Order: sequence, then C-alpha cells, then structure tokens
Amino acid sequence: MQIIQPHYHAIARTAQDYERMAMSGVVAVAEPAFWAGFDRKYPETFIDYFRQISEFEPTRAAQYGIRHFSWVAVNPKEAENTTLTREVLSQMPEFFQKPTVLGVGETGLHKSTKNECDALEAHVDLAMKHQQLVLIHTPHLADKVHGTKRVLEVLAGMNVDRDRIWIDHVEEQTIRPCLDAGYWVGFTLYPITKCSPKRAVDMLEKYGWDRILVNSSADWGPSDPFTLQECVLEFRRRGHSLQESIDVFHNNPCRFLGQNPKFDIQPIRVEPCARESASRSAVRK
Amino acid sequence: MLTASQVAETYFLESRYMLLEIAAYLDRYDAASIREHSHNGNSSDHRKGEDPKLTLIRKALASLADPAAGIERTSALLKLFATL
Repeated sequence: MQIIQPHYHAIARTAQDYERMAMSGVVAVAEPAFWAGFDRKYPETFIDYFRQISEFEPTRAAQYGIRHFSWVAVNPKEAENTTLTREVLSQMPEFFQKPTVLGVGETGLHKSTKNECDALEAHVDLAMKHQQLVLIHTPHLADKVHGTKRVLEVLAGMNVDRDRIWIDHVEEQTIRPCLDAGYWVGFTLYPITKCSPKRAVDMLEKYGWDRILVNSSADWGPSDPFTLQECVLEFRRRGHSLQESIDVFHNNPCRFLGQNPKFDIQPIRVEPCARESASRSAVRK
Repeated sequence: MLTASQVAETYFLESRYMLLEIAAYLDRYDAASIREHSHNGNSSDHRKGEDPKLTLIRKALASLADPAAGIERTSALLKLFATL
C-alpha cells in the first residue's frame, strides 16, 4: 500500500512519526502553515516559519524516504491582526518560487469574522494571481456549518478555478454543498474532535471518491497521524480493493496536488505480473 | 475528585465523539439495509426484520435518554447487553 498524507503538521511531530509513517507506506506529506498555539506578533516570525517548513522539513522527511511539500498562509486565528496579515501576504510570493511549496494554505475561517473573511479573500486572490493551489480550513465543532457556508459565499463572489481549491475538514453536515459547488474536499481524522476513520469510509461509500482527500492533519494537539492508516484498514475491511484504496489514499492526492507541477508523484495502478513458467522459477532456485 | 461542572466539561467532547460514532453505525446499517432491499426488489419497509443488535442499541439509547434512569446507567446497560 502506498499512501500520501496530504495535510500533516510535521513541525509539531517527532521524527518517530516519520519513521512509523515510512514503515506503513507513506511516501509523501504536504504541510500547510497553521496556528502555532499562540498569536504571532511579527511578520518575521511567519517568514522564518515558512522557511522552516519549506527548507528544513524536507530534509528531515528525506531521512525516512518521505517527500515533503508545504503551503504558506496566515491562518484564520491570526487574521484578526490585519496589519500583520497584509505584511505576510506581501512576502508570500517569494515562497511560491521554492521547489516544494505548492500554494496558499491553510487559509480559511475560525469564527467567520469580517477580518477573517477579508483575509480569506485576499489569500485566494493571491493564489489565483500566482496560479497556486488553495487549501481552506473550515471551522470546528459548533462553528462548522456557518463557517463553511461563509467560505462558499466568499468563494462564490470571486473568479476562482474550483478544481484548484480544497475545502478541508468537511463532515457529514458540510460535505454536500462543497462537492456540489465543484471543489475538492478533505476529511480530517482526529481521535475526538473531528471525523473518525469509520465515518470517513461511510462518506466515501455514500459520495464516491471523486475530489475527496483524506488526512489526519496531525499537529501539536491531541492527534494521531495513523488515523489515516486506520481509515485505510477500515476501507479494506469493508471489501474495497487494493486499487480502490490506492485511488483514495495515494492517487487522489496526486491528482489534486499534482496540479502544481512541483508535485511530481504520479498516480499508480496495481497490475499483476505475468505468470512465470515453472522452468524459469526452477532455474532461479 | 471532579465537581459536576468539571465532569461535564472534561468528558463532553469524548461523549460527543462516541454518540457520533453510534449515529454513524445506525446510518451505516440503514444504508446497507436499503441497498439490500433495493437489490432484492423488495418494496417493503427496510426497517422490518431489524437485526436484534440494532434493536438492543436503540433500547440502550432510550434508557440513557430516560430522565428517570438514575445513576446506575452503566450497570443497567451491561445487564441489557447481557440479554443478547
């Protein structure tokens, strides 16, 4: 089994997670920029963070044979600082030139304030101008329905390429409007506060898996990168084939992320080898 | 030991998670039943002939929701599940 972890905050995890991911078939991760757990004060803090995830993390992942890609953005929680957001946005295009940066993310909404919505629009606008992919965070728990609706409203008012936009953290109550609007969506698997592996497979079976990504978004909070592998196991346990699993957990990330040519991992197909003759196998012995 | 409000706060998200898993289990069962009924060309209510395990889960949920349930809910559910 080959797996791509399309949303993973490696900066918050130890090397042992890379090691275990490598042992379980993960060949690549993509790391969006996110909230550090406190509100950053200076644009330089963001720039150094972007440098860490675009320059250092690929070397750490490579020690385990894992390709590492990243995204840059001001996350929704820090978008309330409009001066900081503007300054960081002005420096983001420099990172679009980096060999492993895929686009703008994770932008999105938290409490769906005006500043957050303005920042989301500015991020998406920047991405479209620079032909970058977009990864959008939708709020958690009670804020999710309203926040997802606001995301769709903001996007509907812009000239965007919907194929290049991924709305993440969808759940049962938000998946249909996002898919119907033509965007890619993501299921994020957390032990308690977000979707579970079983519920993710339920949604895959209900909606099919066109334009769907599954991730564990493991970060510094209670999270587990191996919820993704749990989901693979649940999917297979319900009778889906190896090729179907690869389509969901490897090829779909290739299809979405591969729209940026820097992500050069190709979708794969499982094919049986030609049957060997008995005499040929006898020679080898 | 925790106060009542600390208990409510500490275990709320975990309990929410478990209830969502139960809801998903019931949805999954209904989806599978509907598929089987459609496949068999059966126009009758897919809810007839429900698996006894599901019936037991529904009884368990009803007993939890009953305001008269008292404070021995876990013990009561264990006794209920032992009837299967």
